[in-house]
Amino acid sequence: MITINDREQLDWKPGMTVNDVLAALGYSYALITVTLNGTLVEKEDYATTRVPDGAELTIFHLAHGG
Amino acid sequence: MNASIFTRNVPGMRDRLQRATVGLAGCGGLGTHVALALTRAGIGRLILVDHDIVDASNLNRQCYFQSDLGRPKVVALREQVAAIGTGVAVAVHQERLCRDDVGARFAAADLLVEAFDQAEAKQWLIEAWCRAYPDRPIVAASGIGGYGRTNELRVRSSGQIHFCGDGVSDMALGLCAARVALVAHMQANLAIELLMDRMPAHPPPRSRPTA
Repeated sequence: MITINDREQLDWKPGMTVNDVLAALGYSYALITVTLNGTLVEKEDYATTRVPDGAELTIFHLAHGG
Repeated sequence: MNASIFTRNVPGMRDRLQRATVGLAGCGGLGTHVALALTRAGIGRLILVDHDIVDASNLNRQCYFQSDLGRPKVVALREQVAAIGTGVAVAVHQERLCRDDVGARFAAADLLVEAFDQAEAKQWLIEAWCRAYPDRPIVAASGIGGYGRTNELRVRSSGQIHFCGDGVSDMALGLCAARVALVAHMQANLAIELLMDRMPAHPPPRSRPTA
């Protein structure tokens, strides 16, 4: 089981990547920051970073404005 | 420096904060308010980076004045923080920050405040900072648009990354000083909290000269 943003849960599958999790959650918005167990995953690594069972994923939306 | 400035400060706060350096990436609606709040709290050093000059359209939310129009933001902001009189040291860089320069530009910073307006820039700044300094916090903002909805503003954290704002509202809604400054002050308040935990209560002892 994977926990997303401290609340949503998703069944874990062997070989699952950050991209797979984002797709399963229906994320299509590219402007996000993702951490895996508290460590940043760079955008270019979403497709290759494996998500272990029991992982905590945090997704921050990046909205324009400053 | 007039020490009386800090007579109403939180006890012990300035002693720690004066040893801290904070980097500010962006000196607009977020960055101006963060810089002023940190200065009033007694921060020791600021590193200000922004390429822009002050435009009339900035004055609805950014802490600049008619007399600043056409001036580099970093220069105008340095004057404002210096005028408070806390003795804060301010390094300014009037430049368009690039991803590859983040590590070097903010090498002395104990903490970075993300105060950009474009979401794409927020993304690469966070990546560059976390890659260069995986043990130092970054305090970012997302979701500051519109007005009201104060109780939707919050802090979310994961590891070294901290976000202030509602996470959703964007500048397409328009930007209002009251809400932008609220989020900026959430960033400043969180930065102070993080620095109070990270900075030593007393300066390290001077090493004795060897005979």
